Amino acid sequence: MARFLAAEAFSSPSEELALLPFNFERTGTEQFLVSNMVGDFIRLTEDEINKLIDLKVTPGDGLYERAYAAHLITGSRQKSQQQLLALRLRSRMSFLREVTPLHMFVVTLRCEHSCPYCQVSRQSTDRSRFDMSEATAQRGLDIAFESKSSRIKIEFQGGEPLLNFGLIKMIVSAAQAKSAVLSKKVDFVVATNLALLDDTILAFCKANEILLSTSLDGPADLHNKNRPRPGGNSYELAVSGIRRAREALGPDRVGALMTTTEASLGRVDEIIDEYLKLGLDGIFLRPLSPFGFAIKTKQYHRYTAESWLDFYRRGLRRVLDINHQGTPFREFYSSLVLTRMLTDRPIGYVDLRSPAGIGIGALVYNYDGGVFASDEGRMLAETGDNAFRLGHVDEDNYRSLVLSDKLVDAISMSLTQCAPECSTCVFESHCGANPVHHHATQGDALGIKPLSDFCARQKGIMRHLLRIMDESPRDAAILRRWAGS
Amino acid sequence: MTLALSGTADRCRGFEQHTRSVIRLKALGDARSSAGADFTVVRTSDDLKRVIQDSHEAIFAIDDGTGCFLSSEGLPRRAITVPAQFSYLAPGDVIGIHTPSRKFRTLYRHNSRHNSFLVTERCNNYCLMCSQPPKDIDDRWILDEIRQSLPLLDKETRTLTFTGGEPLSDSVEFIGLLADCRDQLPKTAVQVLTNGRAFAKSEIVDAWRKVNHPSLIAAIPVYAAVDHVHDYVVQAKGAFDETILGILKLKDRGQRVEVRVVLHAQTAPIILDTCRWIARNLSFVDHVALMGLENTGFAIANEAQLWIDPIDYRAALADAVDVLVAAEVNVSVYNLQRCVLAQSVWPYAVQSISDWKNAFISECEPCTEKSRCAGFFSSGRPRRSKAISPIL
Repeated sequence: MARFLAAEAFSSPSEELALLPFNFERTGTEQFLVSNMVGDFIRLTEDEINKLIDLKVTPGDGLYERAYAAHLITGSRQKSQQQLLALRLRSRMSFLREVTPLHMFVVTLRCEHSCPYCQVSRQSTDRSRFDMSEATAQRGLDIAFESKSSRIKIEFQGGEPLLNFGLIKMIVSAAQAKSAVLSKKVDFVVATNLALLDDTILAFCKANEILLSTSLDGPADLHNKNRPRPGGNSYELAVSGIRRAREALGPDRVGALMTTTEASLGRVDEIIDEYLKLGLDGIFLRPLSPFGFAIKTKQYHRYTAESWLDFYRRGLRRVLDINHQGTPFREFYSSLVLTRMLTDRPIGYVDLRSPAGIGIGALVYNYDGGVFASDEGRMLAETGDNAFRLGHVDEDNYRSLVLSDKLVDAISMSLTQCAPECSTCVFESHCGANPVHHHATQGDALGIKPLSDFCARQKGIMRHLLRIMDESPRDAAILRRWAGS
Repeated sequence: MTLALSGTADRCRGFEQHTRSVIRLKALGDARSSAGADFTVVRTSDDLKRVIQDSHEAIFAIDDGTGCFLSSEGLPRRAITVPAQFSYLAPGDVIGIHTPSRKFRTLYRHNSRHNSFLVTERCNNYCLMCSQPPKDIDDRWILDEIRQSLPLLDKETRTLTFTGGEPLSDSVEFIGLLADCRDQLPKTAVQVLTNGRAFAKSEIVDAWRKVNHPSLIAAIPVYAAVDHVHDYVVQAKGAFDETILGILKLKDRGQRVEVRVVLHAQTAPIILDTCRWIARNLSFVDHVALMGLENTGFAIANEAQLWIDPIDYRAALADAVDVLVAAEVNVSVYNLQRCVLAQSVWPYAVQSISDWKNAFISECEPCTEKSRCAGFFSSGRPRRSKAISPIL
């Protein structure tokens, strides 16, 4: 029998070690948060991070083992550490394989609501001017079906899209015909306030497997204050609409989104309870976006990123407690962020991706035939800024839109992988570029990140989630369940 | 009970043309196969008389304890006679025999779910706990023997394992054998126990993939998330890097991979770290098996470095299983008794010990979990946890 060698015989001397790329930030006087190339986090002391950077680590000292397992170091002749990172990065970025899976049709800009935070600057009159024509819709569909995704989603937007229900019917039937011929699967969703929902519409949604997405801002007084309409009954119509839709289409066929206004800030528990009461399985705590009336009416500037974060943190606490009381219920944005942090699943969600999703994630066909790189892009256009208008359905095709200089420039200049502040940020792997937001707030698609409220919110959310994961095993067990599925 | 899977025949004649032969046992009265490899099982003098009356076919006589086959009188021209301890052998079983020495090995048992072929005793790892200590010898004849065996196996065989040594020591020949399995046993799932290092070479993975076997899995051990720990356990510097690369290349080509972690004093105390790392980095593997140690082979020689009472890693193992389950990794725990496992682990604990070396002890008699428990290895020098006690 040959002799066995002692453990020391298998250690690499430090001159055979090499550092792998990592980002870090100071979290306390002696503490650092460190993330590897694919965003796995570990915490190191100042002494440890200094030793690591100098490669003063030795097998058996504990730091070597932690750093190796976290892909911060590799043997200089080894390949597997880099290959593992490459493979995981490829998986994380594979949302790029599905090019432009989302196509939004603004079938009308008219709306019977008059929300002061309206991000799209709705119009109340003049059907001929603010409704999409059949010819425009047909051209939009041609472009949508040119995209290379094997499956596309068509989302009807407004205004209130149900005000032009006739066109929705036409688009659905034309898209289904194309889907059959081109064997490209197509899903539909209508973003609606549900005020105009009736049995005909429900039957149509049922027959065509159409999802509904609506707005619910919280309790009646808050919702009706945020979302005025003639009769002051937006809340009553939304709630009864959600109930009817769940009954007619199934509980998972209607989703609701809330928008945080200044008046919401102190009432997060009530808002969450409203969702719980309706039997919904979670809530998406969403800040106002800096577009349309939200800017014009100065709604957007009424609260800071920090006061929104405070609202979010209290909300998340409430959501976790609901889970501890035995009801599974999620905060959906946290869910997305956790999926990025704890798994390598490709997440194409628009705020959480770089390259940004403008154009290559979604295209928007406006009522007048203008084509935009994102929903926010067309919101900007309503207030006179055409920075993200890529072309027109009559003059362009999918290729000319997606390869336009305007789009390529905006995407390439906003990459978090190389943007100042982003490229060295410990949260980079899990964040997104959001060029439209930065264009809107700073006049520059890249933006100065220390001045960005988007950046402040993203970091605030991720720091908070990490803190909970570290400090409360009980909460962490719930958060882990939200990741991935 | 441990079955003797190899031994020496009392008599072996009629094989003048070959030094090694593979034969299959058949029942008395079964229609004679044309293969020439079929031997009728004879257990008594009456059986023998019947065979002789019917025809003069080849016989495989198993002593019934009376020594009735010790004389060659009345035996047909081609005959093998073996001692009574091989009475477990039955029709459908396949045996490889070296005729000059009369040494034989049971290669396949028709009524077993645990059939495995040892492919070679050579290996480029030298694991501290190896149950089959490697030998640097030319044993390529084994590949021929397996090649001859495959056509003799029941086409309905559910699973087959190839083990070693390192089965990919002669990768071209071994992968050829997998193609034979695909052609001759298309319904049989094949598992290959390999250290995975060969798959660091792309041409070997490509050849493996090209076999296009309908149900093939490579079961590859990973002992730690850290290079030097794994390399120490397998006593081969650079092994971790090659093994992980191999796993990545297999998965990159859509091949099925099981990761195996054998639990002993070098691996069990860090099992939670290892499984966290697997959950994060190798969550795409098809199965992870966390395996209690079989105290045999090198494990006995290295007991001082390896023995840990499973009860002492019970909590860490439970957490490790949790982490894998949460990451939606398919996980099983092998070779450990339910009384040393946290109850949360029971749903993942399987009866993994091959039937021929599986046993229970008298303490197990009243246990209500016995019918679901893995039990013990009867092989080697069994060492038991101090926590073994019936669950009542």
